[in-house]
Formats: sequence, C-alpha cells, structure tokens
Amino acid sequence: MTTSLTTFSLSYSSTDYLLALPMLLLTVFALGILMIDLMLPQQWKRVNAITALIGVAFSSVAVVKLHLVYHAAEKQGIAIATFTGFMGSLVVDRFAIYFFYLFLMGAGIAILMSMRYLEIEHESHGEFYALMLLSVVGMMCMAAGYDIVLIFIGLELMAISTYVLVGFLRRDKRSNEAALKYLLLGAFSSGIFAYGLSLFYGLTGSTNLGQIAQKLQEVIATRPNDPVVIFALLTTTTGLLFKIAAVPFHQWAPDAYEGAPTSITGFMSVAVKSAAWAMLLRIFLFGLYPLRSMYVPLLIFVAIATMTGGNLAAITQDNLKRLLAYSSIAHVGYMLLGLIASDGQTNSTGIMAIMIYLLVYTFMNLGAFAVITSLRRRNIIGDTVDDIAGLYFKAPTEAILMLIFLLSLAGIPPLAGFWGKYFIFLALIQTGHYALAAIGVLYSVVGLYYYMRIANSMLMRQPIDAEPVHTRPAMRLALTITAAGTVVIGLFPNFFINVTNWSLGLVQGTQHMAGMLR
Amino acid sequence: MYNHILSIILFTPLVGAVLLMLVPKENKDAIRWIGNIFGFLGFAVSLPLIPWFWALKDRAGFQFVEGAPNNWIPSIGSGYVIGIDGISFLLIMLTTLLGAISILSSWNAIQERVKEYYVWFLVLQTGMLGVFMANDMFLFFVFWEAMLVPMYLLIGIWGGPRKLYAAIKFFLYTLFGSVLMLLGILFLYFHHHTLTGVYTFYLPDLYATAPKIGGHAAIWLFFAFFVGFAIKVPMFPFHTWLPDAHVEAPTAGSVILAGVLLKMGTYGLIRFSLPFFPAVAMTPWVRQFVIVLSLIAIIYGALVSLMQKDMKKLVAYSSVSHLGFCTLGIFALSPLGLSGSVLQQINHGISTGALFLIVGILYERRHTREIAEYGGISNVMPVYATITLIMFMSSMGLPLLNGFVGEFTILQGTFMENKVWAAWAVPGVILAAAYLLWLYQRVFFGPVNNPKNEKLLDLSGRELATFIPLVIVAFWIGLYPKPFFQILATPVNNLVATVRPDYPGLAKPMLAAQPVNPNPEAATPLPEPPKAPETQKPATPGDGQKPGVATKQKPAPVNTAKANLAAAPAALGK
Repeated sequence: MTTSLTTFSLSYSSTDYLLALPMLLLTVFALGILMIDLMLPQQWKRVNAITALIGVAFSSVAVVKLHLVYHAAEKQGIAIATFTGFMGSLVVDRFAIYFFYLFLMGAGIAILMSMRYLEIEHESHGEFYALMLLSVVGMMCMAAGYDIVLIFIGLELMAISTYVLVGFLRRDKRSNEAALKYLLLGAFSSGIFAYGLSLFYGLTGSTNLGQIAQKLQEVIATRPNDPVVIFALLTTTTGLLFKIAAVPFHQWAPDAYEGAPTSITGFMSVAVKSAAWAMLLRIFLFGLYPLRSMYVPLLIFVAIATMTGGNLAAITQDNLKRLLAYSSIAHVGYMLLGLIASDGQTNSTGIMAIMIYLLVYTFMNLGAFAVITSLRRRNIIGDTVDDIAGLYFKAPTEAILMLIFLLSLAGIPPLAGFWGKYFIFLALIQTGHYALAAIGVLYSVVGLYYYMRIANSMLMRQPIDAEPVHTRPAMRLALTITAAGTVVIGLFPNFFINVTNWSLGLVQGTQHMAGMLR
Repeated sequence: MYNHILSIILFTPLVGAVLLMLVPKENKDAIRWIGNIFGFLGFAVSLPLIPWFWALKDRAGFQFVEGAPNNWIPSIGSGYVIGIDGISFLLIMLTTLLGAISILSSWNAIQERVKEYYVWFLVLQTGMLGVFMANDMFLFFVFWEAMLVPMYLLIGIWGGPRKLYAAIKFFLYTLFGSVLMLLGILFLYFHHHTLTGVYTFYLPDLYATAPKIGGHAAIWLFFAFFVGFAIKVPMFPFHTWLPDAHVEAPTAGSVILAGVLLKMGTYGLIRFSLPFFPAVAMTPWVRQFVIVLSLIAIIYGALVSLMQKDMKKLVAYSSVSHLGFCTLGIFALSPLGLSGSVLQQINHGISTGALFLIVGILYERRHTREIAEYGGISNVMPVYATITLIMFMSSMGLPLLNGFVGEFTILQGTFMENKVWAAWAVPGVILAAAYLLWLYQRVFFGPVNNPKNEKLLDLSGRELATFIPLVIVAFWIGLYPKPFFQILATPVNNLVATVRPDYPGLAKPMLAAQPVNPNPEAATPLPEPPKAPETQKPATPGDGQKPGVATKQKPAPVNTAKANLAAAPAALGK
C-alpha cells in the first residue's frame, strides 16, 4: 500500500483511552479477579467465572460504543472513519472492531464451557479466567496494532497467557508436556518473528506498518532482489505461519491441543487463531504489501502442504482433540488460499472469506469442543473417538448438535461452515486459480471422512461406558449459542456477509477494500 | 394454494419432521402414525398439481414459479426461486408417491430408533423435492448436498451389517462429485458477472450466459458437472458405491435411493449439463464418450446382475443397467431419446422401487436375501408371487407394461441417431429378461425345498397397499403413455432445439414459442411463459420429429402423442 497513515497525532489525548477502553476494562477485570479470588472460599469459585463474563460483557459494550462512534462519524460524511491513537500505534478501524467482537465472543463461550470442567478437574482457580481475559487484551493489541512493537507485545501477552492456560492441569502429565512444548516452540517462533521484524525496522527505519510499506516500496524499486529483504520476509513469514499453525510449522498444535484443558483447546483454536490471523493479515496486507509477489509463491506451497498435512494426518487420529487439531490445521490451509487469491486491492473476496471463515469457525469449532468438554466426567477423560461412541443414546441433544458442528466443519450447506469455503473457492475462481480450487475442494472431501468417523461413532455405535452425560446450564448456554450461530449463519448469511464486508470497508458491489485504512 | 403449491409440496414433509420431533420417542405407534400421515399428506398435496400442471403443459419454461431472484441472500445474488417444467413435474410426482409408499413400507421393518427414522425420512423427502424444484443454482446446490445427510444416516443407522462402510462410501462418493460441481457453478456465476456485471445464481439468467463459454473452459466445466451427475446416476466407472449403499440400506432407503436419488443425476444432466454446454454435448467425442459409458453400463450392469447370489445386489446392479438406458437416451439428444429417457426414469422408479419392496418383504420374513435359500415361494405366497411377476415384467420391458414404452422410445430415438449405438443397447434388454426370469424361476418356482419357507405369510393389507399404486401406474404407462409424452413434449423439444438448433422439425415451433430470442445459439427456455396467446397453441398436427424415419408399424408414442395433441381435448381429463 502506498498510502500511509497521515493523520495520527503526536501527543496523547483522552480519546486514546477511549480507543483502548475495551482492553482497559478487560485488564481491570482480570486484575480484579486475581484479587477477589484470594477472598473466595473453595465452593464460591464460580464467582470468578461470572466476574470474567461480566468483564467480557463490559468490554463488549465498550466495543459497541466504538462501533456507534463510527456510525456517527460516518453519518457526518466521513466515508470510512478510522481512529488512531497512541501516536499511530493503535488503530481501531472496522477490521479491528470485527476482530474485537470475535475475540470477546470466543472468550465468553470458552468461559461458559470452563465452569464445570474446572470443577471436575479440581483446578477451579481465579487465575484461569484472569489469564483468559489478559490473553484477549493481547489479541486486541494484535488486531488493532499498527506498529510492530505493539503487535509484538500483544502477541507475547497472548502467548504467555496461553502457555500457562495450556499447562493449567498441574496434575495431568499430558497438560504439562503440552505446555512445555508449546512454550519452547512458541518462544522460538516468537524469536524468529521478532528477528524478522527487526530486520524490517533496519531496512525502513520505522516500526509503523504504513511507513514500512512506503519505504519497502522504495527499497524494492531500487534493489529488487535485496537479500536482506528476502531474509526478513522469510523469517517474518515463518513466525507468522508458526502462529497460525501452518505446515511445516504446525508440530506444536496437536500436542498443545491434546494436552490443554478442553475448553482452552477450543479457545485456542478459535480466538487465538483469529488473533494470529488478524496479525498476519495486518502485516501481509499492510506492512509487507510491496513484497506480495515474493510471498505468494511461498504461501501457495504452504497452503498445499497445510491442506495435505492437516487432512491426511487427521484421518488416522483416535483422539478427538488431536483430530480436531489436525482438522484446524487443514482449515488454515483453506484460509491461506483466500490470502493467495486476494490482495485486497484488485480483489477482496479472499480476505472477506478469511474473515467470515474465522467467524463461522468460532461457532462451529467451539461448539464441537463444548460437546467434547461435556464428555469429561468423573474418572472418564472422554476425549477419544471411542469415548464418544453411542453418545446418541446417552445424550441425544448433544449428539445431534455435534453432528451439526461436524457437518458444518465439513462444509455441508446450509450450515455456517459452508460459507467460509464458499467464499474461498469463489475468490480462487475469480482470480483464476483453478488448480488450487480443485485441490481445495478435493481435500474438503477427505475432511468429510474424518468428521464422519466421529459421527459414525457417535450415532451408529453402542456406548462403551454407562456413565451418563450431564450438562450444566452454563454449558447448555454455550451449546445453544454455538449451535444457533452455526445454523443461523448457515441459513441466513446475508447479514453476516454484510457485516464482514463492512469490516473490510467494502461497500456492496465494489470488490476491493478501496477505502480501507492503509 | 394455487400460487404456493410448490412450497406446500416442498415443506409438508419438513413440517411433519418438526412435529415428530415433539413426540416422545417411547410412543412408537403414534410416531408411526404421524410419519405415515405426513408421508401420505406429502403425496396428497401434490395431487392438485396434476390437473393444474396439465392445463399449462404446453407453455415453455418454468411454471408455478415462486419467489424472486435475490430474495434469500441478496449479497451474493441467490434467491428462493422454485418452479417446474414437465420433466421436474413427473419426477416430483414420482418422489411424493414413492415417499409415501416407502414410509408405509417401513411400519414393521423399523423397530429401533423409530422417531429418528421418520424424522430423517421426511427431511430427506424435502431435500429431494427441493432438488427437482430449485430454479436457482445455489438453492439447487444446497438441496443437493443437504439431502446427502439424511440418506447417509438412513443407511448408517438402520442399515445392514456393513452399514458404516456403505454409508461413508455413499457420502464421500457423492460429495466428491458435488464439490467439483460447486466449482463449476462458481465459474458460471463469475462468468455471468463478467458478461453482465451482475452476480446471480438465477437459473434462467445462467442459461443465457453459460453457453457463451467456449473452448477448453467449456469442456472442463462440462466434465466438472458431468462427474457430479455421473456419480449420482451412477454411470459406469463411478457406480461402485451403488451396490454397497443399496444392499446395506433399509428397504425404504433402497426404494428412495433407486427410485429418486439416482434420478437426480439424470435430471441434472438434462436440466444443467445440456442447456449450459450445448456445444460440448454435441462435440462428437464427448457425446460418443458418454454414450459408450452408457452402453458399458447397460451390458456390464446386466451381466453382473446375472451372477449375483444376493437378490438385493441383483436389483442394485440392474439399476446400473437401466440407468444406462436413461443416459443413452439423454445423449441421443433427440426428442424421442430424451422423452423416452425421462419416462424410463419414472419407470425405473416405479419398477425398481417395487423390486426393492419385494426383496424387503422376503427379507422381513426370513432375514436373508440369498437366492439359494428360497424356492417354490409361489406355492406359499401366491399374491406376492403375482405382484412380483408383474413388476419383473415391467422391469424387463414387456409390452403393455411401463418398461417397454420407455426402453422402446429410447432405442428408437437412439436408432435414428446412430444404428450401432442402438444395436449395442439391445442385448441389455435381453439380459434383463434373463436375469429377472432366472431369478423368478429360482425363487418362486419348483417345490418348497427349504422347510423354513413353508410357513411364510402372504402379503398383509398394508404391504399390498404399497404395491397397488405402483402396479396401477405401471399398467397406465404401459397401456396409455400418451399423457406422459404430452407433458414431456414442450420441455424436451425446447431442450433439443437449444442443444441442436438445426434439428429438423423442431426449430420452427421452438422459435415461434420464443420470439424473443433471435439467436439460436443462445436460445434458452425462457423463465417466464410469454403471455402472448399464440404461445399456448400446441404444435401443429403432423409435426413429427423426423418425418419419414419413424417406423410406423411399431407404437411410436411421441409421434402419435404430438399429432393428436391438438385434437385431443378429451385426453385432458387424464
């Protein structure tokens, strides 16, 4: 992008804090939970979860407030308003607001899923919820950051909180192992990422994405094959691909997903992943846009490898969480296709596809993990394909909901998951990537196979244990929200398509992110 | 009601499914009654369509159109638009009839998870009807895929010993075809946008732009659609899912699978492949390729049928053979071949549906389908044996019954195009007689050797009730097929005129009916019937398809049907 951010003020003002209000509120609540937790007796620990939910609600109200300010500004004739603060490092634009909603929704549902689960695991501590809220603060920084320093700080805040959450089941070896693996690989990749960013800083003399883009344009114009640029691009890309768990940088995901508390697995697979995508889109589409012709071939290779690796590895898994981990890797492969197809300049369908994919993925994947969470009962870990056998006989409602989530993940219309794939493939067709589209759809058939393995086990086999499956009201609420999201977005996607278009600054009919902030 | 008849037909089963969900699952008899009532109601509400559609049968394009383009998802240009022409009308009637019959046939066969069974069955019914009604490519695709789920569950939950394998195989095969088709649809959608600047899935709009795709792209697209439909039909190399699915599915599932689901493939070829890519369909090597596949299916299916030890598998492979006739008729690309093909699809639904019911009845009594287990059944179950004989005759194409009319018309249509093709198809008819008669001999004739068969009960009233409508329709089509050909005449002639603008004897009435379209290459069946009175005028008498070629000594139903059309208001009463 050649246009850069020109309208940021060099001094702090009170509006800066309004922009940061969603994050500030979450921080306050996170710290509050830590303090309240000290005073709570063991049987009252559920108050922490409720406090966390209230924090999410407050933060959501703040986002709605920002949203309304937008509308007000746009009514006054500003075509597409953007608000920047903290000397241009924080940009709350439509894109950011969309992701704010996504993170808060994911966090809210994951909190609902965690309440009973933690009691069964005897790990009902306030830190759990505090860390979740703090990781959301980190995510918001990643989505709204327009400065690589802020983005990196957000990333680390999110990542460190998640490392702890993954290892939260102290007595469980798998959880400890997962946390350690995740920490080591995560820290390693953050290091590589930071190294790449520092090279870009060295090349361009700025940490602001807009200015980086501007300077890179000049660098590329004078030295088209500068090895430093290539090296910086490679390291940055590696770091980003690590975070979204794309093959060949995906090895941490199955282990971390399997070991983490199930509700955190769900949280990681949607909110953490969305945040990584927000960061990736910001950096690739804004800061590194001049290098697009260099990174697209790289992404094509990674996308094909990711779809192949994710789908084929998922076939043989017997652990549900591992299976869904590989399936979420495969989904990343499809989403990468969207980034390959669209540059946000001549065509935006692919970007819009990624956004809507993340939205529907939040509902359907969290829903699937919610069902798996409810399988955790006294003495039964309940996360293998055998554990879910005959679920229909024990809990018909959960089984049918799981079927809906699985079909949605497989992309069967008219469920939400179809829409993500639909726009990805539309973008590929629009931009003439027919071979990639064919590969993508064929892998989605493979995907159906392993999702239906779960469905087969659930609906067509006899249960192997007699332990009944009960769900508490909180879990039922989580299931209701996710199922409603999956079905409603599937049947009536128009509103959600429009929301996604809005978040990208797409006015209906135009096909590129014309006015969007650069 | 008149204006919303299609929606009513479409959603009646779904309403039944929702109501059933509210019934407690222990109350099995109530569930069965409600399921059957809605099964029958689904058929009953489709009955008014017969006189109503009959009055409009000579209009070109879709009738009873409901909804508007873009009214469902405006941002992508998709709408809830449904409408029918003669081809879809017949298939819808077949679907509602077979739906009611299969639900009735499941009364005793399904003892476990009864509630779910009826719920999924009714959902399936809505899905299938939607496929035949949709006038919006996207809506079509949604129904096409959504319908797979209930069928997968019907096979997987209430199926035979290898049900899991069969269910997943069915699902994967058909999904494989439909995802390629999705890419094809998206290409047409985008191509329409490139030409007109509008994003829409509205079928008549796509009819206008899709044929303008040329060169390699058109061939690739044709095959993207073709694979999707060929898997569903199933045509020869894609047929391996069918025996597994049929054998493992519960009886009613097999009836619907053979009777209706397979027709979606042939329907898709007629409704989409031909009018979207007329030039490709007429490319000699493409046409020959498809015809050769059909001929292989006819002969190979029949030969494999001969060798089966399991009755249900025999019937399943016979479907491959019969559907080969249907695709042969489609790609003969003449009015006779096409109308014969559609009629043969109906016939196959009637007779093969009945054959699966017949096998199901023995299976319910003895829990085996091994042919060797039976013998001399006609001594213990005389009524059953009679019905079976009628349906076997119908399936093998004996004159006076429905199968003959369809197969003969197809062969006639093919013969007029290419004598060699027809010659290769004829052994299929002979082999059909061979495997069916041999099966009949082994199962029904001779003494009762197996003591287990001595006490078999003949058909109950309910079972008889499932056969009677099928027998009536089989005789009706066999004795008086004229109204069926009259219904098919307009859409089929329009289609042939679209694909082959130079086809003798058709171009004139076609263009008279559609004065809007001066360019025959882009000629498409129009969405709205032109209101001008002359469009209602039927084809003039003596307007045969190929004057002088049709053999006069044999019954040539289409010719006579068309010739008598103007002078036969008496037939209007059906």
